Amino acid sequence: MTVPAAVPASDAAEPLLSVRELRKHFAIRGGILSRVIDKVHAVDGVSFDIAPGETLGLVGESGCGKSTTGRCILRLIEPSSGEVWFQGTDVTKMGPEKLQSLRRDMQIIFQDPYASLNPRLTIGAIIGEALTIHKLAPSRQAHEDRVVQLLETVGLRPDHMRRFPHEFSGGQRQRIGIARALAVEPKLLICDEPVSALDVSIQAQVINLLEDLQEQFGLTYLFIAHDLSVVEHISTRIAVMYLGRVVEIAPAAELYDTPLHPYSEALLSAVPIPDPTVKRKRIMLQGDVPNPIRPPSGCHFHTRCPIARPDCSQRSPVLEEKRPGHWAACHYRE
Amino acid sequence: MAGSTPASLTAEAPATAGTAPAAKRQNFSPWQEAWRRFRRHKMALFSAIALAVILFAVLFGPFIWRVPINEIDFAAKLQGPSWSHPLGTDDLGQDLLARLIYGGRISIAVGVAAMVVAIFFGLLVGSVAGMASGRVDAALMWVTDLFLSLPQLPLLLLVIYLFREPVKGVLGVEGGAFVLIVAVIGGTRWMSAARLVRAQFLSLREKEFVEAARALGASRLRQVTQHILPNALGPVIVVATIDIAAAIIAESTLSFLGLGFPSDVPTWGSVLRDAKDYLDIAPHWALFPGSLIFITVLAINFIGDGLRDALDPRRVL
Repeated sequence: MTVPAAVPASDAAEPLLSVRELRKHFAIRGGILSRVIDKVHAVDGVSFDIAPGETLGLVGESGCGKSTTGRCILRLIEPSSGEVWFQGTDVTKMGPEKLQSLRRDMQIIFQDPYASLNPRLTIGAIIGEALTIHKLAPSRQAHEDRVVQLLETVGLRPDHMRRFPHEFSGGQRQRIGIARALAVEPKLLICDEPVSALDVSIQAQVINLLEDLQEQFGLTYLFIAHDLSVVEHISTRIAVMYLGRVVEIAPAAELYDTPLHPYSEALLSAVPIPDPTVKRKRIMLQGDVPNPIRPPSGCHFHTRCPIARPDCSQRSPVLEEKRPGHWAACHYRE
Repeated sequence: MAGSTPASLTAEAPATAGTAPAAKRQNFSPWQEAWRRFRRHKMALFSAIALAVILFAVLFGPFIWRVPINEIDFAAKLQGPSWSHPLGTDDLGQDLLARLIYGGRISIAVGVAAMVVAIFFGLLVGSVAGMASGRVDAALMWVTDLFLSLPQLPLLLLVIYLFREPVKGVLGVEGGAFVLIVAVIGGTRWMSAARLVRAQFLSLREKEFVEAARALGASRLRQVTQHILPNALGPVIVVATIDIAAAIIAESTLSFLGLGFPSDVPTWGSVLRDAKDYLDIAPHWALFPGSLIFITVLAINFIGDGLRDALDPRRVL
């Protein structure tokens, strides 16, 4: 069903998106001739599938490559290598024209609702831009009607379209960002930490909106976040990333109940429980995230792993299906 | 919309999705809105009026004040202000009001035209460098640095010396001098605008709203014209107004060195130059052109401030 099959075969449940061995290395230049002196391995061989209509949560610490993965899928960042199959086509090999039509199928919602809206355009212009680019509205009236419809879809008023972004709160701005992404009727929505910058009360509203929209339009989400409680709520399956690699993928409930990878375990033990009487043993990871310019040899996690053995620094674990639908990359967990 | 997505979060009215009556203040076009905001800026409004008065005087003055600019009258030389010569006369007895009206046309035209040239090249070089990055960027910035490091006055001397006669042959004495001076001043002042625009582009093109436009499939041209350039313009407008002022002063410098317009053509700068030898016996001669340059430059700067604020919707005005 999932993961390292070489090419997405015409399976029974064909995934909407298949990412295979995706890598992105950022070159570090230095010296007088600005030669490449080093590389940051932001994404280091990531593979996963997303089935139509599901939500894959992608979690990990800051700097583990979650956002880069999302942007590589959209080709906002050119991946260094790897394949991204979307509806039977490899996105990484698309020419400009195909890419343009891909823009109608995949969209992104950004983390910072203050930076993601052009301060000089009205809300109507921001939401309507996609309609202009892809010529989706035959007349001015149709254009305006569609903008109004989108505003109402995300819970805003039609008269908001003549206002500017600074007149809105963070939550409202995030709704505007969602409306902009929905304008092209995408199939896949990459949500790049869409609620991290919002108040907790507003977070719930936006999450609920995203869930309603998923139901209404049959959307598929790649939901990037670092907050596990948010991801647990919305995700069908969850992928955990560490230093540019996926270390575990499992159905949401299963990952929370029985995490296999020691890193997932540690992450989950850090999620606060809203009940002060419940005591839980917290796994404190030692040290910091290693430098992604020189990631540790073998298993990237061995420097901080509580169950590491000597050979963990030699052999790099592959993502294996340890239980049905539950994949983990660890030598010593079954 | 079910209850799970609480609709509008605005304070003033609950969401009545559909017909909303609260759209009253939204009925302005963007330009009307900008004008409304510009009027709130008191100094800018005052400066706009002052500049309008000067422009009106300069454009229509000769039709009202019909004294010729080159009528020599030694009997009336170096006179202070009087009814027959409201701003006095110079050492040849020529009427200063007439000369300053005529000179204002040239000075302001040179200032505006040189600014347009400088900002045009600045925007062009800066935006190409900012969007291209890599080798193109490096090459363009190298050229910019080269221009910045050139000694300007010797260059001006050389250019004017080389091209004065050919240009004069094509466009006539005054027209030739105008084109040459504008080209020279504009051509040596675009660098600061270029660096500013490039820096703005470099930071803006990484902004998420530009990334969002790319994700929507916006072409490069569209990204620039819709998203990057409008947000980069604020400081550019201010630089543009400063450039007008600097060009008026640069023209004075050229006149001072005898490289500007022919000496019988008055400009504010050349009148000021002629007046310098008589500061002790005829201070009015220098005072009036000096004040006109001062007021014009100051007014243009304030207008620039006002424009920047009025065109920035984030500012509450």
